[in-house]
Amino acid sequence: MITIIDYKAGNLTSVKLAFESIGQKVKITDEPREILQAEKIVFPGVGAAKAAMDNLKSLNLIEPIRKVIADGIPFLGICIGMQVLFEKSEEDGGTECLGILSGSVKKFKSNDKLCKIPQMGWNTVKMTKRHAIFDGIEDESEFYFVHSYYPACSDKNNIIGQTEYADAAFASAAGKGNLVAVQFHPERSGRIGLKLLENFSNWDGKC
Amino acid sequence: MLTKRIIPCLDVMGRKVTKGVKFQNNIELGDPVEMAVAYSDGGCDELVFYDITASAQERPIDIDIVREVAKAVHIPFAVGGGIKNIEDMRQVLWAGAEKVSVNSLAVSNPDIIAKGAKLFGSQCIVLGMDPVKVEKSGKFPSGYEITIQGFRTRTGLDALEWAKRAEGLGAGEIVVNSVDADGTQAGFEINLTRLIAENVGIPVVASGGGGTYQHLIDVFTEGKADAAIIASMIHTGRFTIRQIKDELIAAGIPIRQKW
Repeated sequence: MITIIDYKAGNLTSVKLAFESIGQKVKITDEPREILQAEKIVFPGVGAAKAAMDNLKSLNLIEPIRKVIADGIPFLGICIGMQVLFEKSEEDGGTECLGILSGSVKKFKSNDKLCKIPQMGWNTVKMTKRHAIFDGIEDESEFYFVHSYYPACSDKNNIIGQTEYADAAFASAAGKGNLVAVQFHPERSGRIGLKLLENFSNWDGKC
Repeated sequence: MLTKRIIPCLDVMGRKVTKGVKFQNNIELGDPVEMAVAYSDGGCDELVFYDITASAQERPIDIDIVREVAKAVHIPFAVGGGIKNIEDMRQVLWAGAEKVSVNSLAVSNPDIIAKGAKLFGSQCIVLGMDPVKVEKSGKFPSGYEITIQGFRTRTGLDALEWAKRAEGLGAGEIVVNSVDADGTQAGFEINLTRLIAENVGIPVVASGGGGTYQHLIDVFTEGKADAAIIASMIHTGRFTIRQIKDELIAAGIPIRQKW
């Protein structure tokens, strides 16, 4: 069973359908109690960092999230769900985030007017470190991205995938123990994205 | 490197994909869900569905088709045509579409772009525009006028001014569908595409006129498009997406290679 945290940060339909298509049962919840009992957790989200943090606070989800990560439950952050795991984000004039991963979230900059921000589309992920979620996926495979801010991961040991866009070569995938996080959308990344979700579904959270 | 997207366009009417030239003489091509799966498996980067209606007479969007597509393909897809209000947007997005595209509706009610962007995020809101070439003038400094309702009605809006305004309202992407080139397979409207692409900060998708490899190469290099919509060239079976992508890669265009 995959438990998807619903903290009102965007549409969860595609994440749910992607897991169901690989034969997983899915529960969508905003209940701290259900999150604390979960076997595997997916923490998705689109939108702005501040709104995401505000919702996590008002739904009393911050402590349950810290607890399941500390307890070794396999945990997958996607897009904003990755970004809020860092210490802070430049978005909305500076937003304090969860600080579970070290580093901050910065805005893309470019002087080239044809380098559009947000980055929208398929970009390559260079696998900088072996990880169970990449099993059976070729290095430099392309995944679907939509974002204006990127994670600047300060602990290089946590970077497992890297992508280049605008002024940045950023951590498009990060891993720390039972925690894994991706900036791209595996649920929108076709067969290769489904493979990553399947790997997560089969992962025991150990590296 | 961010790759250029190839986006098949499926015009759906009464559960069948159709294709016409300049919105006329439509022929039936197949089932929308089956075609979506075939193109996704074939390596397209995204899909767009226009006018998903239950029948030609009844205009509401056939939300069941959107749900079935979302179950069957796991790449982004957009739905356009037939969106009348915020509730339609919500239904389409909650059924599993990544984006909704507004065209005529945005001309009569530009605020729908701002409302949609605020509620669902800019990345979900696509402005579709159908410009036609006109004499450059004070009223039309870009030399293109926006038409609506399947090219039938002129609006008096300048294409570039409208694109910039939509960006300001919160549109996340603009599809530029040339009235003059649509369905001709004689090449994209390069000047129009480049004009919009160089003057807005959001991605621009070229549409209308793609018929050969060279047309796609031109629209990505000279036209500066971030993505291109194709229809006739693949619907007829003349080219596969694999063939198209191999040719673009050989020409040095950044293209998604693994799927």
